[in-house]
Amino acid sequence: MVRLITHNLLACHVKGCTSNNFPLQLQNVQIELRDADFNADFLKTFLPKLEWKALVESAKELGDTSLPIEQPEMLDDDFLKNLHHVLLEIHIEEGYMICPNCKHSYPISNGIPNMLLAEHEIG
Amino acid sequence: MIPTPDLSHLSARDYESVYEPAEDTFLMLDALEADAEELRSMDASVFLEVGSGSGCVSAFAGKILGSGTLYLATDINDQACDCTRRTGLQNKVALNTIQTSFTHGLHPRLRNAVDIVCFNPPYVPTMSIEASEAQGLRGIEGSWAGGSDGMQVTNVFLGVVHELLSPTGRFYLVAVKENNISEIQNRMEKLHQLKSKIVLARRAGREHLSIVRFEHVSPSSI
Repeated sequence: MVRLITHNLLACHVKGCTSNNFPLQLQNVQIELRDADFNADFLKTFLPKLEWKALVESAKELGDTSLPIEQPEMLDDDFLKNLHHVLLEIHIEEGYMICPNCKHSYPISNGIPNMLLAEHEIG
Repeated sequence: MIPTPDLSHLSARDYESVYEPAEDTFLMLDALEADAEELRSMDASVFLEVGSGSGCVSAFAGKILGSGTLYLATDINDQACDCTRRTGLQNKVALNTIQTSFTHGLHPRLRNAVDIVCFNPPYVPTMSIEASEAQGLRGIEGSWAGGSDGMQVTNVFLGVVHELLSPTGRFYLVAVKENNISEIQNRMEKLHQLKSKIVLARRAGREHLSIVRFEHVSPSSI
């Protein structure tokens, strides 16, 4: 499964592609929504590890605009519930992740992202 | 006692292309189980398994740590990725499977962020060319063919794992006698300031298996 929590950790790693290589743009995606157990402590712990702007941008690509542009200082229930949904309940089953810089395309198939590169593309 | 993950969904057909859990896998499970209390008290937010194969180890970690941890599992073998995915579903552990080599594509964002890393590498000494070809083919041979001293693949990861570990992070590695474990330990401390300990050892047939656990020498400097 590719959820936005994982997508937020993935960057292009083609040889020489070292800037503007994150977040990967989501294209032609098929998504499924699946309930996940709500764990407020986990969300709070994970929050500092997120690239917030990238998360908001990627959620928007999937049609979800529930997150604020700036990460709020007060973590109320509504915010945490929206964050929970965006990070953990939207599953990208099929599609592509495109590098904003070099346009390399990483496929997602059957819920598994393929980050492998050909020999000549490896840095 | 933490039950071994349910792998009844995997068949002989899966094990034609994916490593079937064996003594080395079970030794890793036993090492994690022995540390279960400590691992729980870490409040780990990120667990990572490199070369997850069947997904048995990651699913087991999920049983220890519960839903407050993100589970990342990588493998170069697409069939292994699929088995890991299915093992997550079967055992109700949210395993996030990524087809990649080591942590390629994840590395910059996981810097100093991973609390627990597990790696059961291809550790069997073989001809060097055999190990390289096996990695290129991304099939079952890549799960065991380790090249010179069985360290060809492991050494690549040993060069970068210190960058991934969080200040209190731990790295569990499966190794065999032929890998020259004391040399690995000295090197990791000298080059990467990771101290280590053999936490479990067992003989299985011809293999003298060990689990080596690494952590930062001085967590405060990370």
